[in-house]
Amino acid sequence: MTKWLPRTYLTLVYLLLYVPIVVLVVFSFNESRTGYAWGGLSLRWYESLFNNRAMVTAMWNSLWLALSAATVSTVIGALTALALHRYRFRGKKLLNGMLFVVMMSPEIVLAISLLALFLLVGLQLGYVSLLLAHVTFCLPFVVITVMARLSGFDESLPEAARDLGASDFTMTRTVLIPVIMPALLAGWLLGFTLSLDDVVVSTFVSGPSYEILPLRIYSMVRVGLKPEVNALGTLLLVFSLVMLMLSQWILIRSKR
Amino acid sequence: MKQTLLSLSNLSKQFGGKTVLDGLDLEIYDGEFITLLGPSGCGKTTLLRLMAGFEHPDEGTITLAGENLTHTAPENRPLNTVFQHYALFPHMSVFDNVAYGLKMEKRPKDEIRQRVDEALAMVQLQDFARRKPHQLSGGQQQRVAIARAVVKRPRLLLLDEPLSALDYKLRRTMQVELKRLQRELGITFVFVTHDQEEALSMSDRVVVLKDGLVQQLGTPREVYERPANLFTARFVGETNFFPGTVESVQDGSITVDVFGLKRTLRRPDFPVQAEQSLHVLLRPEDIRVLDPDDENGVAGKIVERNYKGSTLDSVIHLADGTEVLASEFFDEDDPAFDYRLGEPVKVSWVDGWEWLLPEEASQRSEEELPADA
Repeated sequence: MTKWLPRTYLTLVYLLLYVPIVVLVVFSFNESRTGYAWGGLSLRWYESLFNNRAMVTAMWNSLWLALSAATVSTVIGALTALALHRYRFRGKKLLNGMLFVVMMSPEIVLAISLLALFLLVGLQLGYVSLLLAHVTFCLPFVVITVMARLSGFDESLPEAARDLGASDFTMTRTVLIPVIMPALLAGWLLGFTLSLDDVVVSTFVSGPSYEILPLRIYSMVRVGLKPEVNALGTLLLVFSLVMLMLSQWILIRSKR
Repeated sequence: MKQTLLSLSNLSKQFGGKTVLDGLDLEIYDGEFITLLGPSGCGKTTLLRLMAGFEHPDEGTITLAGENLTHTAPENRPLNTVFQHYALFPHMSVFDNVAYGLKMEKRPKDEIRQRVDEALAMVQLQDFARRKPHQLSGGQQQRVAIARAVVKRPRLLLLDEPLSALDYKLRRTMQVELKRLQRELGITFVFVTHDQEEALSMSDRVVVLKDGLVQQLGTPREVYERPANLFTARFVGETNFFPGTVESVQDGSITVDVFGLKRTLRRPDFPVQAEQSLHVLLRPEDIRVLDPDDENGVAGKIVERNYKGSTLDSVIHLADGTEVLASEFFDEDDPAFDYRLGEPVKVSWVDGWEWLLPEEASQRSEEELPADA
């Protein structure tokens, strides 16, 4: 009695979490055209997915965008976190608070204001506007991730490096960055995933010249659910699993 | 023979309006083991950080072997630091930690390997070169930190409470090991601690600091037996303070009334005159506990007794409420030697073992001193 209740509960929770994903993966190999009837094993939706030029382009666009947005926001975010951690300056609290404002404010507000800004300065909507927008909403997450690592950082480590003859720059390169590397990687991955699956902001600031995957899927689904989407979903799932394992592997290695 | 290596003159430092060092002067001799001793907040760590170059003084100069270092960056100073919590680089192996300083000097690979191996052998860690710091015990990490600091053969080694994180037994072992290293390497050690026992047992000279000022500078024996003021007397070891009144002053001696007991004592260095009040300082081991019917001594009764293995430590209350600490060695003739609580006794001391200090003008009553960590 006491044992089966928690077990059932746990099973239900996990079913709720994973059944939709399992369904998606299974139906991506479904021969049948309709989404809810099993017609035998087939790779035809994968084939049709890769023959869909617009889809493949959107996929590469999305990957490239996520890669560049994550990288840019990690660089800026790490430097911001370092500045907030190491120096005292006027407006430090304000800067810190403003990061949270960006994180907490509704995405739609961010989207509208970014669009308004881009129109105001006459920026053509496309890769650049998307990149700027994505860096904006990724930045706070990177800063917070890196700050968390820095707050547990032993302040005497940089001093020890200086004491042993390292210049400030050498110390940063050989001690500071390696020590906060796990946080940098975590921040980068967070930025990457945030950018990859963003819909709201991207809807507003993307242009016809640069179509990205979430928007492409969204427009596909509107005209009816094609099994191709299942195949795409499965591929994305595999991709994120690989990324996750990679990051875990790097984290474990860095601890050794 | 005693050559000054590091000379600090008129050092002042404030943090946010609070004076931490106040015009401090100090000469550190080549090859000595000098300890900066004081309660937390006395300025000892700031002083060390000024020497290392992590902080810069508001005023004053730091000179090492004739070279002005006051504004030199830490990486350009020929001295190294052992940090309180070791500050080992967590992502590097023990070998790379120790090699770091030599790599910064761009030494050839062979030389680095050889010198790191030597340094690790010196602290008996040659088999641990490939480990990461978190795979070592506290004492081993401490030894890596020391090897890393001495591998560059600095003129001066700064040690910031390096033993405070170790347990009592390990601390003892490391104290002996540090002394051995210092003898073998011939490097000048500047050691910071708040543990007076550690300071006394390790140092050639002790600097007692309080409120950014040197209270006393001397050998451990001088600091313990002839404290310069009440602060040093209270901070270093346990002390009984008996109030005394000068009855008369002779050529080389004075007669003092202590609890109605007239004693003729050696005349102190400071000026004395009749009627003056002064403090008679007696360490617990200077106290003699006598039979209650003894003619000499002040009457009191035992209120506490602590068996300490080699000594019997007791607390005696005198008639006026003064508390006296006494520490007596066990006698071979009387192995059962002990006191009953409430037992009446008399308290006295051996002539010449007392130390006299004048009343201090701005005397703060019983300052809170941190307990030994």
